[in-house]
Amino acid sequence: IHFVLLISRQGKVRLTKWYSTYSKKERSKVLRELSGVILTRGPRLCNFVEWRGLKVVYKRYASLYFCMCMDPDGNELEILEIIHHYVEVLDRYFGSVCELDLIYNFHKAYYILDEILISGELQESSKRTVVRSVAAQDSLVEAAKEETGSTISNIIALAAK
Amino acid sequence: MNPFSSGTRLRDMIRAIRACKTAAEERAVVRKECAAIRAAINENDQDYRHRNLAKLMFIHMLGYPTHFGQMECLKLIASTGFPEKRIGYLGLMLLLDERQEVLMLVTNSLKQDLNHSNQYIVGLALCALGNISSAEMARDLAPDVERLLQFRDPNIRKKAALCSIRIIKKVPDLAENFMHPASSLLKEKHHGVLITGVQLCTDLCKVSSEALEYFRENCIEGLVKTLRDIANSPYSPEYDIAGITDPFLHIRLLKLLRILGQGDAGASDCMTDILAQVASRTESNKNAGNAILYECVETIMSIEDNGGLRVLAINILGRFLSNRDNNIRYVGLNMLMKAIMVDAKAVQRHRATILECVKDSDASIQKRALELVYLLVNESNVKPLTKELIEYLEVSNQEFKGDITAKICSLVEKFSPAKIWYIDQMLKVLSEAGNFVKDEVWHALIIVISNASDLHGYTVRALYRVSQASTEQESLVRVAVWCVGEYGDMLVNNVGMLDIEEPITVTESDAVDAMEVAIKCQRLGLTTKAMALIALFKLSSRFPSCSERIKDIIVQNKRSLVLELQQRSIEFSCILQKHHNIRSALVERMPILDEATFTGRKAGSLPTAVSASSIIPCNLPNGIAKPAAAPIGDLLDLSSDDAPPAPVSSGGDFLQDLLGVDLSPASAPSGTSQSPKTGTDVLLDLLSIGTLPPVQSSSSAIDILSSSHDNKAPVANLNGLASHSSLSANATSPASSAGMMDLLNGTGAITQKHEENGPAYPSLVAYESSTLRMTFNFSKQPGNPQTTFIQATFTNLSPNVYNGFLFQAAVPKFLQLHLDPASSNTLPASGNGSITQCLKVTNTQHGKKSLVMRIRIAYKTNDKDVLEEGQINNFPRDL
Repeated sequence: IHFVLLISRQGKVRLTKWYSTYSKKERSKVLRELSGVILTRGPRLCNFVEWRGLKVVYKRYASLYFCMCMDPDGNELEILEIIHHYVEVLDRYFGSVCELDLIYNFHKAYYILDEILISGELQESSKRTVVRSVAAQDSLVEAAKEETGSTISNIIALAAK
Repeated sequence: MNPFSSGTRLRDMIRAIRACKTAAEERAVVRKECAAIRAAINENDQDYRHRNLAKLMFIHMLGYPTHFGQMECLKLIASTGFPEKRIGYLGLMLLLDERQEVLMLVTNSLKQDLNHSNQYIVGLALCALGNISSAEMARDLAPDVERLLQFRDPNIRKKAALCSIRIIKKVPDLAENFMHPASSLLKEKHHGVLITGVQLCTDLCKVSSEALEYFRENCIEGLVKTLRDIANSPYSPEYDIAGITDPFLHIRLLKLLRILGQGDAGASDCMTDILAQVASRTESNKNAGNAILYECVETIMSIEDNGGLRVLAINILGRFLSNRDNNIRYVGLNMLMKAIMVDAKAVQRHRATILECVKDSDASIQKRALELVYLLVNESNVKPLTKELIEYLEVSNQEFKGDITAKICSLVEKFSPAKIWYIDQMLKVLSEAGNFVKDEVWHALIIVISNASDLHGYTVRALYRVSQASTEQESLVRVAVWCVGEYGDMLVNNVGMLDIEEPITVTESDAVDAMEVAIKCQRLGLTTKAMALIALFKLSSRFPSCSERIKDIIVQNKRSLVLELQQRSIEFSCILQKHHNIRSALVERMPILDEATFTGRKAGSLPTAVSASSIIPCNLPNGIAKPAAAPIGDLLDLSSDDAPPAPVSSGGDFLQDLLGVDLSPASAPSGTSQSPKTGTDVLLDLLSIGTLPPVQSSSSAIDILSSSHDNKAPVANLNGLASHSSLSANATSPASSAGMMDLLNGTGAITQKHEENGPAYPSLVAYESSTLRMTFNFSKQPGNPQTTFIQATFTNLSPNVYNGFLFQAAVPKFLQLHLDPASSNTLPASGNGSITQCLKVTNTQHGKKSLVMRIRIAYKTNDKDVLEEGQINNFPRDL
């Protein structure tokens, strides 16, 4: 997998993860081109778009398009399954995930993705393992916060008031 | 609290940005946040560092520049706590890519973290390394990653395995270090480790043949067993997807088996049973099952031959094709592309379904299906398939027309059973989607038409008919214009009527009308207009009754704002008014264009083209290289007299004749271009006008060849006469361009000139052999002693006719030579006639040196090529 994109129906980028090297310019070009192609495709068409010699597999969940770009000789159906796998893990983690969860907790979405894919390859096929691993790391963070005690959390708490 | 460090939380910032109604508002908010973050960075604020970085990542995702935060990532990574490191590594992966030099600074931190006691920190480091490692980092950290492949926690092992994939992709030399640890991963039970281990092995096989051999020998049985276990495993909720246990693992195992089985019959044999089982027992009602079947089919197609399995695989694809789900149909088509290499017949059975898919409403499926149809076509089915495609072309949507047109054209060219069919199909395509047709395609069509001499009449009438119906498609208009120019008389007189044709009546003025429309139509491009102008010029002699009108139209264009048209019309009208003697020769029909030259050029076979001399280096004096044999280029044919009836002479000679107006003998016949004799000065001049050393002349040959791939070159040449003459005019010495000026200004033809002057010098038998005599008559213009006009007269002394007669001459550098076209290229036998040809020699060292010339005469007699060469030293002294 060369990259993963989450694009909202309005064309807003919600997540980008690049496993192959793209310069900043190329990245924004890719985003522009692909959101143009994918968002305009009709509902009953297939989930694959051939693009610059590569294939982009996309799937729409509610208002979000999950796109993954792969080599032309890859298994398109499997990528669809990987997308679904990611969505299910997100769902388990957030508890019926919605776009807002992914906006406000975008870093969590990245953490989860990092537990599923590394270097563009699938890492874990068990949803439970993924969720467990992310949760374990989250609790590490919580523990660290409590340890360092008042300073940060207090200030945050103050700011929140 | 620091007043500069932004007090807003990440959540609040996101909310503020989302509340923005306009892009300007959003920019303002982001600018304010960025300013605050920069200030915090400058103050080296620690408390908010990770929050600031989180904000930066969000801002980055919105597309704003965030480079100033890169160092912050490194600081966070270098800190000790897990939360800081976690956000630091995330920032590293998001904000940096492997090309940034900052990345080098992180190598040390990564190394420390890979050896950290906290396994989650190790995991973070592995993940970051796997996602953004550069080759240098890969080299530095490979030993640590290799060690982690044996780490006690499976979650680290699987991350290390994927990280290894990145490393061996970046540095393939490291592959063998990973071979043994990778193979031990295959024995694991943990699915994550197994999946990543199999993937690592697959990638190792791709980069190292040693690894491929190793896995073939040691792992196949284990892999087959793992696949069997997983395929037969009972329901396991953790890995279950649609009733299948871990389809991801299935797919990866199948992929690795494919690589191991490819090209190895023994290995393929080991896996046939399990492949058969997977192919026949996997449920195909859900996507996951189909994904496995798809992978399985690909593996069956790739491994060594097993007839039974392949039948199974093709049947699965057949089911895919008839599936209602577009995704499944898409992958079915995709796989049939591969299957066609293996079993074309089986794929042909699905032809009807595939054709239906070309007409699907889904662009992705259309594209796949079209590619597939393209591969399906062969000599036996080209007619019906082309018919289908052309019919579909009429209704297809605009975006798809380009693709489909290109494919049809290529099919028609490749498989055409007969010329008339080719022409018919191309006319259909051109009239349907001519604007999508590439230039080479209609160029090729013109060549085919030119070669189909029995179809000239038919073609020109058909073209006239369709182009009358519509001028929407420009390339159709071009071809029509060209044909009317060449074969206008056949259009009017219904020459060469075929039985299938409906008779049409076209008057001469109708044809002229059509050309006039093409010139005046606003929509049509310059090339088309220029072609129409040339066509009109040609028609001026074909249609005497319309010649006055044609002259008017041409004259109108003298005021054209487009230089090309203006120049052309000035030249043409000049010829029409003042040069009746050469006009008919100028507007003769083109000789048949050489198909071989064109296809050779198209194939881009440079070396063969040169050695076969199908393209001959030809330098214009000003160094602009032109495709010497661009057949389309020489549309306006100046040389029809001299050009051989069949293209026996090479394109180069032809061009030389064409350029006869004032171009020195720039080209050489095939022999010379390869001849080792080019060492001698004089012969060199034959190749390169006497100004270029041999090295340059060969490099110019390459220029020409490359420029002949340039679409524009033929277009530029379309207007043969004047663009050639103008090119040469601005480069050659004033003396030699005088000839052309004469032509344009009409101060009198050269030939008339020296008759007036009369021969002031005795004529000379310049060359005589047992078969041929050449005599020179000299004359000079008063006031210009440097320039000598020579009229060469050739007489055949043998009892056989000479065809394809070609005279060439070369002179040393102090001379400038200019050859006019010869009066004919056929020399009657036994002195029953002669060929005359005018030469103009300018002696830059007049009075110091006398003329000298090397000559070469090539002709065909009794179907044999004859070449005679000689040197002339006995010129009168004061020439």
